[in-house]
Amino acid sequence: MASPEIVIEGRNINRDYVSRAGLFGMARVVHAVRDASFAVQRGKTLAIVGESGSGKSTLARIITLIDPATSGTLLIEGKPVDIATQPMTKALRATVQIVFQNPYGSLNPRQKVGDVLTEPLLLNTETPAAVRRDRAMAMLLKVGLKEEHFNRYPHMFSGGQRQRIAIARALMLNPRILVLDEPVSALDLSVQAQVLNLLRDLQDEFNLTYVFISHDLSVVRYLADDVLVMLNGEVVEHGSRDTVFSAPQHAYTRKLFAATPVTDVAAIRARVARRTEALKARPGAG
Amino acid sequence: MPPLLDIRNLTVTFDTAAGPFKAVDGIDMSVSAREGLAIVGESGSGETGAMLAVMGLLPNTATVTADKMDFDGQDLRALSDRERRQIIGRKITMIFQEPMASLNPCYTVGFQIEEVLRHILGMSAREARKRAVELFQAVGIPEPEQRLHSYPHQMSGGQCQRVMIAIAIASNPKLLIADEPTTALDVTIQKQILDLLVDLQEKHGMALIIITHDMGVVAETADRVVVQYQGKKMEEADVLSLFETPRNPYTRALLSALPEHATGGRLSTVSDFMAAQAAENRGEGA
Repeated sequence: MASPEIVIEGRNINRDYVSRAGLFGMARVVHAVRDASFAVQRGKTLAIVGESGSGKSTLARIITLIDPATSGTLLIEGKPVDIATQPMTKALRATVQIVFQNPYGSLNPRQKVGDVLTEPLLLNTETPAAVRRDRAMAMLLKVGLKEEHFNRYPHMFSGGQRQRIAIARALMLNPRILVLDEPVSALDLSVQAQVLNLLRDLQDEFNLTYVFISHDLSVVRYLADDVLVMLNGEVVEHGSRDTVFSAPQHAYTRKLFAATPVTDVAAIRARVARRTEALKARPGAG
Repeated sequence: MPPLLDIRNLTVTFDTAAGPFKAVDGIDMSVSAREGLAIVGESGSGETGAMLAVMGLLPNTATVTADKMDFDGQDLRALSDRERRQIIGRKITMIFQEPMASLNPCYTVGFQIEEVLRHILGMSAREARKRAVELFQAVGIPEPEQRLHSYPHQMSGGQCQRVMIAIAIASNPKLLIADEPTTALDVTIQKQILDLLVDLQEKHGMALIIITHDMGVVAETADRVVVQYQGKKMEEADVLSLFETPRNPYTRALLSALPEHATGGRLSTVSDFMAAQAAENRGEGA
């Protein structure tokens, strides 16, 4: 078939967590992800959207091969992968990497930036030390940091710079797939814009496939090719960005759109007019 | 009629190991009765510092100076501690970003709201219980009688923020200050809390100051907006003019960094604005 290459595919993925309610309580099963199916083409971005508890981060951990799925099939570059039954290989680890939400928690405060970046190579490859160092230095420059940052500790950096370090670390093994779990939600607006620009540039340069987890629809609209909306572990909507944004099918997706604050001038004008009326209707205003 | 809160030339300086640091640098600000003011700034712009100075909540390492700091005709600078307590927590109340962290985990939410009603408003236990139920109803907590017996960890983040709001409006304040009230919340919950705040503001005739970094929150709640950057006021305008015709380059930079305003592939960042500004200062033109 001449269809574009599918890099990640999930077929009916489920993930259950079993919690024991207490000494006399019954074991409870939480279905964190139910029957999720999706496919991402090489070089494209799939955005997974949902609120807290929707199962989007659980799905991210399954795709990143951190947690196994309870049932269902995950295919990475066309091959089924099940980390519950087969050992995790270095080659697989080098295929999928992740960037977490909180750059303050995801970097070891006792590790210098240079060591943060060379460690993935040390653990997963036979690269000699001098080459490791050179490649880390090159990656540091690639994500917009400087050579003198190599020997500094994470606390000497701002949130945006730390997120650049986390992105650089994730790219050290030349992964084909990058999972981004809310990578800009902890950042200020202007820094968020810089990191989003960086992610776009890197995707173009390395032909990366992104799985982008977010609750922020404006960011999703900017970055995604396809969108998957999750609610209570279930995929309630899945489609191309333009379809989902122009004609959302599920009531929950429409609710999400309605709740997202709008910054366009017409909407503000309408609100200001309503407010002026409300103030007029209540005499005794100051 | 004079404004409710009137601040002239407010400066907050912190003593740090590296010498004095000016977090707030000569800010003028005022809010009228019933008005909704948004203070916008990214982290480190001193937007919270100014309001903590008004509340008298800054640590001893901070020095506050102002030419004028009047609330409701009283000079906040000249108050004794006893007089201050008549205002802070009664006529001016404040809610914070992390509702879970603002409530005491060791006591039920009912105990915490009744504590305010009994000690600050001098109600009897019976009156306080009755009023607590009314307040919970006013902020939209279902089954208020039962929820009074809940501990904070048994409630969601959105419900905890409703409890905080109920406590904050218990004394019918003239001014409610909300510091990033929805940053920790999901977008659908954010919508509910913002609607609640604006609704209460209109019903109770309060002035409302919302501190935020989110332009969406500004667009949905404010009458007037103050934009701060590095402790200085960049721009002040009514909400419509700010979004329609932002005058200050920093405001323009903030608005164009919004992903929904992306034109073409790249987002403009605040450093683009800084670079343009620096070029202008050197006389090269932007």
